[in-house]
Amino acid sequence: MSLPTFMQLLPGEDLMMPLSKNEIDALLRLVGLTQDEEINCEQCLASVAEFAEQQLSGKSIPEGLQSVAQHLSICGECREEYEALQRALEDMDH
Amino acid sequence: MTRDNETWLRHLIGNGPDQQAALSDLRGVLLRGLRRGLQSDSRIDDSFLEDVVQDSLLRVLDRLDQFQGRSQFVTWATSVAIRVAVTELRRRRWKDVSLEALLADADFTPDRTVDGALGPAARWRQSALIDKLYDVIHRELTEKQRTVLLAELKGMPLEDIARHIGSNRNAVYKLTYDARKSLKRGLEAAGYVAADFHAAFAG
Repeated sequence: MSLPTFMQLLPGEDLMMPLSKNEIDALLRLVGLTQDEEINCEQCLASVAEFAEQQLSGKSIPEGLQSVAQHLSICGECREEYEALQRALEDMDH
Repeated sequence: MTRDNETWLRHLIGNGPDQQAALSDLRGVLLRGLRRGLQSDSRIDDSFLEDVVQDSLLRVLDRLDQFQGRSQFVTWATSVAIRVAVTELRRRRWKDVSLEALLADADFTPDRTVDGALGPAARWRQSALIDKLYDVIHRELTEKQRTVLLAELKGMPLEDIARHIGSNRNAVYKLTYDARKSLKRGLEAAGYVAADFHAAFAG
């Protein structure tokens, strides 16, 4: 019995470990969030403290920090660090 | 002692008792911040925290001229320390995983298993989008872009991808960013918009 069309290998495909639906979904999510201009991780680190304080105080994100928000939506590592910073700032006595 | 930003900088840049006191206080701030920030991580012990705080103090001193005063100084310093800590934890987690092993049996072949929850029209839309994505990946991306993108999708941190290819985190981010832009352009040229991406998987 032949495979249904959508399950047949396309020309050039090998029997490799395929991307799962979750991985494809993750890739498409990243592509959808991609902007014409983005900051990198070092630039995010330079501004994430200010961003975290703004968030902690409940203020809306100013235009100058929108790029940080966008980067955090894309970069899982910076987002992990930001979430740790949020926890660190709770009850921090400056 | 409570210090404002200016006082922190003045004490840390200077010498003598003020600097020593500032370093001691900052050490305490970073230690408490790291404990709170990383409290759920079972790999953290006192020895690790001490090493991270020492490294972080050096980095903070080295980067004092980069602090622009848009946040509290201790918040900025804590963000530096968290990056040091989390980067080291990732390095330890991934140090024995080679890029070759991670990607040995992986490529951008999509999983074509039927999603039983979707109706026929939704399945067709999903399949068409995946086919186009696959086509753009192989047509528009360089081999290096495909490699780093695949490694990222498989969970390897950018810092560790960078280590394997002899680069740095920012350069790897740029590689994946350029790849994403190419994919977005390719999909938009085929008539897709960002809203289609999620819709195809939402059913």
